[in-house]
Amino acid sequence: MPDFTVPLFLSLKVAGLATFFAGILGAGAAFALSRWRSRWCDVVDSFLTLPLVLPPTVMGYYLLILLGRRGWLGQWLAHWGIELVFSWQGAVIAASVVAFPLVLKSARAAFQDVDAQFENAARVLGIGEVAIFFRVVLPLASRGIFAGVLLAFARALGEFGATLMVAGNIPGRTQTLSIAIYQAVQAGDDGLANILVLITSATCIVALMLASRLWPDYSHRGRSRVRL
Amino acid sequence: MKFKTVLAVAVLNAVAWAPLAHAGEVIVSAAASLTNAFKDVGSQYEKLHPGTKVLFSFGASDVVMRQIVNGAPADVFASADQKAMDKAVKAKVVVPSTRVNFAQNKVVMIVPVDSALHLKSVKDLDRADIKRVTLGNPASVPVGRYTRASLEQAGAWKVVQSKEVLANNVRQALDYVSRGEVDAGFVFATDAAIMPDKVKVIQALKSPVPVLYPIALTSRKGRSPEARSFVDYVLSPAGQNILAKYGFKKP
Repeated sequence: MPDFTVPLFLSLKVAGLATFFAGILGAGAAFALSRWRSRWCDVVDSFLTLPLVLPPTVMGYYLLILLGRRGWLGQWLAHWGIELVFSWQGAVIAASVVAFPLVLKSARAAFQDVDAQFENAARVLGIGEVAIFFRVVLPLASRGIFAGVLLAFARALGEFGATLMVAGNIPGRTQTLSIAIYQAVQAGDDGLANILVLITSATCIVALMLASRLWPDYSHRGRSRVRL
Repeated sequence: MKFKTVLAVAVLNAVAWAPLAHAGEVIVSAAASLTNAFKDVGSQYEKLHPGTKVLFSFGASDVVMRQIVNGAPADVFASADQKAMDKAVKAKVVVPSTRVNFAQNKVVMIVPVDSALHLKSVKDLDRADIKRVTLGNPASVPVGRYTRASLEQAGAWKVVQSKEVLANNVRQALDYVSRGEVDAGFVFATDAAIMPDKVKVIQALKSPVPVLYPIALTSRKGRSPEARSFVDYVLSPAGQNILAKYGFKKP
């Protein structure tokens, strides 16, 4: 029996971290965009959504140009002894970038749907802006953000094209589940491919079930979570 | 009425997409290392046979072999090693009697042309400042299998394996080295010759198995009648001259 736990745990680690970064950055950018009144808003939004629309190979190429040993950023990072290409950290960056727009899109819609009356009511009650964000806006938008985060996790777990270009295919170090499957099929090892495909499917199902458990509001419309 | 229209469209579609060879079209599935040489061979062949189109599908030999096994409409299969061709024979997708070696090559160790590491031979790869070495994945890429066999013989395989960055075909390995993303890599001499301004050959490896390229006709129904004549052209002095131009030797 081939060892499939290595690519499995690597995939979970990469997808988990990528979801974390995409979640924080995506929700932050979405909040900024939802409150920023400017005609440049949509331009910035479109630009940030590009990773969703562009083929992953194009994103991978951009990242390679940027982060490679001779890349603009990579050269500078190399001085500090940081090498992102062909490392699992590189895979996290690739997965974060492609998962980011999914959080951005649904979080922006969620923030925009928050009724300004609740915020104004909180202000009247003398609550600070930071507290309003964490106790009023965020809970009201949480369902939308969570939906985005869930999609981001699924996208990060399935990320293939950009990861292959940036992190390469190093067994035990950067070979995630999707790349291990690709490798097994290319090598004609259908037995291993079957096992890996089943594991990936099972992982996704478990992740979805876990998500609805952790966040019952997501699947069952519950009472308002706003507590002033 | 509506049903008949749908049926007619479905039938027309089925006919249009049926994987039949069109007259005057040869589809050649070949090893990635043959890319430049075979494109040249193809255009010369087309000049000699007006009205014939030669289409290519390049990739790691095992990968294009798998595509043929899965029904890719190829007429000719050219592999970079015997093992991929053996698998094709075993899967009964090529005609064994048509199998013939048509070219010979060498595996070389290359570094980026501006490398400051002063590597002299594969023995130097165990140095601590050598972090990443690329080679074709031995499971699906012939150049990886040749490399592995050579390095095992030279006693350097374990060292290289600990630093390996696997490539999906030889051209990807070449690309990694030419971009300077890895410290060294293993490709065919003919691949290194394509990018003399970007990569430098350090050493030609001694291979325990000769680096021979076999070619064969596929056994699919509806194989192009011109497949035979294309293979004959590859084996002819004219075809061999083109291959020689790209650094391939006669078998």
